[in-house]
Amino acid sequence: MFWVIQALNGISFGMLLFMLAAGLSLIYGLMKILNLTHGSFYLLGGYVGLTVVHTTGSFVLAVLAGSCAVALIGIVMERFLLRRFHLQELPQVLITFGLLFIFSDLAILIWGGNPQTMPKPAWFATSVQLDGFVYPSYRLFIIGFGFVIAALLWWLQEGTRVGAMLRAGVDDEEIARALGINVSLLFTLVFALGAFLAALGGVMGGPMVGIYPGADFEVMLLGFVVVIIGGLGSLKGALVGALTVGLLDNFGKVFFPELALFTIFAPMALILAVRPTGLFGRE
Amino acid sequence: MSATRNLNSRSLAAVVLLGAVVLLLLPHLLPPYYLGLAVQMLVFALFAMSLDLLIGYGGMASLGHAAYFGVAAYATGLTALRLHWDVWLALPAGLLAAALTAVLFGLLALRTRGSYFLMITLALSQVLWGVAFGWRSLTGGDDGLPEVPRPDLGLPNLGLGPLTDSIPFYYFVLFFVTLGALLLVRIVNSPFGHALRGIRESETRMLALGFNVWRYKLTAFVLAGTFAGLAGCLYVYFNRFVSPDYIHVTRSAEVLLMVILGGAGTLIGPAIGAALIVLLQNVVSGYTERWLIVIGTIYILVALFAPDGLIGVIRRLRRRTP
Amino acid sequence: MTALAADMLSRNFGGVHALTDVSLAVEPGERRLIIGPNGAGKTTLFNMLSGLMPVSSGTVRLFGRDITQVPAYERARMGLARTFQITNLFPRLTVLENVLLALLSTDESAFALHCRMAANHALVEKAEALLAKWNLTPITSRTAKEISYGEQRQVDLILAMAVEPKVLLLDEPTAGLSAAEVVRVVGMIRSLPKDMTILVIEHDMDVAFDLADRITVLNQGRLLVEGDVETVRNDPRVTEIYLGADDEPC
Repeated sequence: MFWVIQALNGISFGMLLFMLAAGLSLIYGLMKILNLTHGSFYLLGGYVGLTVVHTTGSFVLAVLAGSCAVALIGIVMERFLLRRFHLQELPQVLITFGLLFIFSDLAILIWGGNPQTMPKPAWFATSVQLDGFVYPSYRLFIIGFGFVIAALLWWLQEGTRVGAMLRAGVDDEEIARALGINVSLLFTLVFALGAFLAALGGVMGGPMVGIYPGADFEVMLLGFVVVIIGGLGSLKGALVGALTVGLLDNFGKVFFPELALFTIFAPMALILAVRPTGLFGRE
Repeated sequence: MSATRNLNSRSLAAVVLLGAVVLLLLPHLLPPYYLGLAVQMLVFALFAMSLDLLIGYGGMASLGHAAYFGVAAYATGLTALRLHWDVWLALPAGLLAAALTAVLFGLLALRTRGSYFLMITLALSQVLWGVAFGWRSLTGGDDGLPEVPRPDLGLPNLGLGPLTDSIPFYYFVLFFVTLGALLLVRIVNSPFGHALRGIRESETRMLALGFNVWRYKLTAFVLAGTFAGLAGCLYVYFNRFVSPDYIHVTRSAEVLLMVILGGAGTLIGPAIGAALIVLLQNVVSGYTERWLIVIGTIYILVALFAPDGLIGVIRRLRRRTP
Repeated sequence: MTALAADMLSRNFGGVHALTDVSLAVEPGERRLIIGPNGAGKTTLFNMLSGLMPVSSGTVRLFGRDITQVPAYERARMGLARTFQITNLFPRLTVLENVLLALLSTDESAFALHCRMAANHALVEKAEALLAKWNLTPITSRTAKEISYGEQRQVDLILAMAVEPKVLLLDEPTAGLSAAEVVRVVGMIRSLPKDMTILVIEHDMDVAFDLADRITVLNQGRLLVEGDVETVRNDPRVTEIYLGADDEPC
């Protein structure tokens, strides 16, 4: 019983991480950008969603507003700051890190330094009776939602033309343009999608784990562990890695509260020692 | 061509000499508070130079360099505080801790490069931060370890006893930072240093020429980590305090900025960059608590306008004026 | 024994068959030319021979010793050197520093941390002498990315020659060079010791037929034909893969 509850906790948290990691992987897979601002997208999505819920009372609106607002920030960021540094790693690090710091402090300025929680949406506000125990229905909703997003992304990657371009990786821009692919538009859209997914995780996570200063750094670290284990640039890797890290994080906190991060370290170190590019990473 | 070369080396020698004189006389020129600021600048100059070995000369951009800085600080702090080890044991303990951590992290991270390497170094050091944060019984957690004693050189008759006064402590730090800097200069100009630069420029060519690239990279990684550890030991003695902040990614990002702001691959550039950032932080904290927004903006400005740093800007200006 | 031998060498990744069952045996002192149209797998072959790319199947032997699993840097220490199709120098280092590194690789001080590189006068003089031999002294202090393309190809060649290898792999040494520069480079290759084994990938047929003792022709990752100059020149399959089946052979 205890095990099932903890496992469900781990998986539901893992789904938030999946949304974050999927976005990170998408952006890296296509543009080779390691987006250090990704944690901020999560945080800002959560905070914007929080404000919208408090003013309108609509959870759906909060989810849309949070994700779209951050997607917009992503578009501006990619178009005006990152595009000129295509394939230049160090300037990309400086810019994405600089924005991480700026957003982190701005969030405290705007929303204050106290942790906050989002109210759950009406349909999932209660707990359900499962096989002998009670469990919050919202977490079950998150698990289902996560699988839906995974399926949608899988369809995008395998079943559409855009997905084919993503899988091919637009390495040679001349060939890509010759094939009629608008590379700049594709880059901006994918970056926006990545930001959207991260923010989605932030808003959806609001009622579950809350929104607080420092969540950006925390979630960024966990996101990196996910792609280190699962492999950068792989959707499958993001899902497997996210569920793994979600479970490890949860059980770690339960059994070794003082050294919770250490339980994540061991598998990560193992992967690095045995297969440095991750379980499903390329090359 | 050779005339300007001689001019350059003569003016460089003059600048270095002047700098040395200023540094030696500083305690007699500044009040204690500003002397403390100078100590900070020296410590971070060493920290930044150690990272420059890795980034500027080795081409391995790391976002986890604070790990060795912090581990050394904790090791020295803990042995000095709890085991009452004096500085001649506690300092080497810190260096050893930093070196061992660098070996471990290097073995795990160095089979990758580029963005993967960056991400892995960040993740490894942040996990270490988590351990420092969570293991309250050992590290004091978020509260840290207060009241670490200043080094006691054990020769009170020669005036080299406990370094509680700011002036003797300043010379203590100056000695070690100078030693570290001189060693780094020697390493960088050695055959090892040249090979490292070759690796930075083209790993495949170095492999094709017969160099065991991985061995060079790991050695550079451990050397850089050890020098960062030295800076960490000095810093914990200065503050008489250590906390998880020493290891946080913000610290790693700060030292990375110092290297790039100053100019990677020059050693002197990062030292200057470090002094500037320490000074700036001190000034800005007087006006606002929003230091992160300031440093974040500096990050972006450096990327946009001066990616090769101050030294790069100076070089560009000199080329325009013949 | 043969200097360099490949036995049923293959390389596939992600469904692409870059090289399939290629075998060759090069005798010591031989000048072997590797020719074939674009995409034939020539550079892939060199990558596998030099160890910069792993083999999917097959073996590589250097003077009889199986080096298939030996890492690239060790093969170089065993006397195997190469140049690159796309110029692979140390861009921000000076030409002198480029050559110094090549010489350092065989020097015992290569891992020394404590002494100054500039103090190793013997090494510096050797580097300067090498550059002087090929009339490249004027560019000694210029960085590798500043010099002209032709000069870069020459420096590329010098780096490989500096280590005095037993087996040398040259990947399109004359690519993109002017007629005069081609003559210079061919002269450099001809001046190499007669006991050095040399494999050359070439697109320039005149250079290829001029330098070769034997020629290996690759097409679409497979070995098409191998033999001396006359055999290959007269083989209709060779002209076919270059000109297309419908064209008249020259």
